[in-house]
Formats: sequence, C-alpha cells, structure tokens
Amino acid sequence: MLRVREELVRRIHAHGVETYPHECCGALLGREADSSREVIDLLQLANRRLDSPRNRFEVTPDDVRLAERTAREKKLDLLGWYHSHPDAPARPSEYDRDHAWPWYSYIIVSVEKGEPCDTRSWRLQDDRSGYEPEVIETAGRVSIS
Amino acid sequence: MAVKVIIPTPLRAYAGKQESLEVEAATVGEALSALTRRFGELKKHLYADDGRLRSFVNVYVNDEDIRYLEKDQTHLREGDTISIVPSIAGGRRH
Repeated sequence: MLRVREELVRRIHAHGVETYPHECCGALLGREADSSREVIDLLQLANRRLDSPRNRFEVTPDDVRLAERTAREKKLDLLGWYHSHPDAPARPSEYDRDHAWPWYSYIIVSVEKGEPCDTRSWRLQDDRSGYEPEVIETAGRVSIS
Repeated sequence: MAVKVIIPTPLRAYAGKQESLEVEAATVGEALSALTRRFGELKKHLYADDGRLRSFVNVYVNDEDIRYLEKDQTHLREGDTISIVPSIAGGRRH
C-alpha cells in the first residue's frame, strides 16, 4: 500500500495539467515501513524527452542523482516516480515496462482533455513480466487498480 | 584490483540487501560480470536479452559516465567506486 496525502495527489494532478498535452514527471520521496510506504514529499522534475514529450518522458541520470541527494538531505527515501499519460489510461505501457526496475512505485495520472481523471500506482514484478497494481490510500480514501 | 560497487536501492534485494560491495576487476565490464556472477538475479535488471546493458542503465566510475570513457573496457584503479544510476523513462502507448 502506498499512502499519499491528498495535497500531494493534487500537486501531481496540477503538474499533469500544467504540462498537458505533454507528459510531466517527478520523484516520490518518503518512507517505507514493513509492507507499506508513505510519500512525504514530491520533487517536480523537467521532462527531458524534448523530441516526443506528448507520449514519452525521461528523467536523466543527473536528475535521478539530484532526487537521491534531495531525499538524503530530507532524511527520506527515493520511493519511486510519477508521470502523466495525456489522453491515455493510467496504466503502464510496454515502453514503461522496458524502462523500469522493481521496488520503485510508479504513479501514473491519466489527464484527459486537460483534466486529471485517474491516478494509479504500479510496481514492476521481479521477473519483469508485468506490473502489480499498488493500492493508493489517500486520506482514508482507497483506490484499487 | 579491489573496487567498490554501490548497489542502487531498488536492486539491493537482488544483491544480498547490501548497499555496496567489493569486487576484484580490471575493467568496468569485469566488475559488472563479477557482480552478476555473484548475484545472478541482478542480471535481468541490468542487461537486455541481447547481452547489452539496458538503455536506461548508466554506469559511472567515480563521477564519470563510462559512455564518455571507454564504456565497459574502462580501466579501473584500486579504490575506484562504480555507481549504477538509472534514467527514468516511459510514456503512454501512442
């Protein structure tokens, strides 16, 4: 289970709306305990994929190291990443699967016609064959993928 | 020579939960081979089916990206630190 305060979900939505029709991306900073994780803060990042930002995003290794450093400074863990799918479902694509590691939480927000409409979190399976949905708990409200 | 390899958090579960470990190697390629020989489960997360490093997996010696050095033939010196850093990429289907 991934706990995310409603204010942080709103910030992810606002980022997806701001960059629409391009994809947005950012880092999830938080803490992990036993079987649950909590996102405490976000780090908004630039989509470096300038050639096709409508259907691709990229966080460069330099930005990944910035996210790791930021997490360390805040005494948090880099739990995963968020990105938007403009006018597409909040489900990982084959391209997402090819570019992912297990353990990270991947939040995807679907932004339809400029409005955020669905937010889901996913974890890559150990054998890389697909994703497991990760339940998001937002201030008591639970959404199951 | 002995070099240190820092294991990124998502892959620690496949490397005995270690944050870093030491391997004996003369090049980056040898160091990564030693790592994946010791921890076989790491291989599929670092290498694609064609045996090349996955496109989103970046390797640094100290602070230098090996793509700008001699890639996997990059020579190592005693005490060097190898870091494995992903790029994060993805996107919708169309």
